[in-house]
Amino acid sequence: MKMALHASRLKVGDTHRERVVENLTRTQIVQYAGASGDYNPIHTDATYTTEVAGYPSVFAHGMLTMGLTGKMLTNYVGDGRLTNFGVRFTNQVWPGDSLDSTATVTAIHDGLAEIEVVTTNQDGKEVVRGTATARIDP
Amino acid sequence: MAKITFPVEASHIMMFARAVGDTNPVYHDAAAAAKTEVGGIIAPPTFGQAVAQFDPDYHLRPKPGQAWFGSGKTPSGVEKAPSAGGLHAEQHFEYHRPLRPGDVLSVELKPGKTWEKESKRAGKLTFRERIAEYRDQTGALVLTTRSVGVTTERPVDQG
Repeated sequence: MKMALHASRLKVGDTHRERVVENLTRTQIVQYAGASGDYNPIHTDATYTTEVAGYPSVFAHGMLTMGLTGKMLTNYVGDGRLTNFGVRFTNQVWPGDSLDSTATVTAIHDGLAEIEVVTTNQDGKEVVRGTATARIDP
Repeated sequence: MAKITFPVEASHIMMFARAVGDTNPVYHDAAAAAKTEVGGIIAPPTFGQAVAQFDPDYHLRPKPGQAWFGSGKTPSGVEKAPSAGGLHAEQHFEYHRPLRPGDVLSVELKPGKTWEKESKRAGKLTFRERIAEYRDQTGALVLTTRSVGVTTERPVDQG
C-alpha cells in the first residue's frame, strides 16, 4: 500500500533506489515462467541452454527483470499511478545476480512525473534502462 | 489479426506478483486493497504480458503431442533447434487504467515494424515489433503494449 507522490514535495533529480532481488535463484526464474506462461527453455533448461543455445547458463526472462524493476517503481509512485513504463533490455540477468533499480525524476508537469529508470547488477552493469510516467498529486 | 480472450483472475495476479517478489497487499489481499486509493486488488504493471497463457498458439509453451525444442532424452527435442533464438529487446506499456480481477479482456495483436542492425556481440540482429491492444468488456482501451523481439545471428558474447 503506497501513497502517491506530491508535486509540492517533489523536484527534478529526486531519486528512489531499491535492491529488487538478492542472489536471483533458478527457482524464481521457474516461478516467473509459470506465472507469465513464457516457457522458453533458455530460462529454465540448463541442458538445452548450454548444449544447444550456446549460453553459459540459463538466464532470467527480460520480463522478470522488468517486473522486478516495476516493483521499485510502484513502491515509489504508488498503486495504479503509472501511465507509461517502457524499457530496453541491455544485458542479460543470470542466476546469482543481485539487482538494484533506481528511479530519477526528470520532469514534473501537468500532474505527471517523468522518471528515468535504470536497473544494474552487482557489478554495476546496466541490465535495464527505460522511462516511466506517473500521475502525482498537487 | 488474432484476438485473444484474457480473463484476469485474482489467483493469477497473486502468483505473478509472487514471481516478481512483490509482497504489496494490493496484489493479493482483497480486504487490505479495498482500503487503498485503487479500492481493490489490481494487477502489477507488467502483468499484461501474462496474456501468453491465453494465446492458444503461443510458441513458447509446450503442447501435448508436439515436439518441444527444450531437452528431454536429448538436449533438444527437435532436429534443428534455433541456434541462438529470439531475445526480448524492448517492452513498453501504456496504461489507461489498472487491470483488475473480473476483467475479461480482448487482446488484439498487430505486427509492427521490422528492421536489421549489425552488432559486434551477436552478429546480424533482426528486430520485430508487435503491438497489443487490450480492451475491456465495454470496449474501452485499458492497456497498449509494444514489444520488440530480436533474433541474433549467434549467441550474445558475454565478454
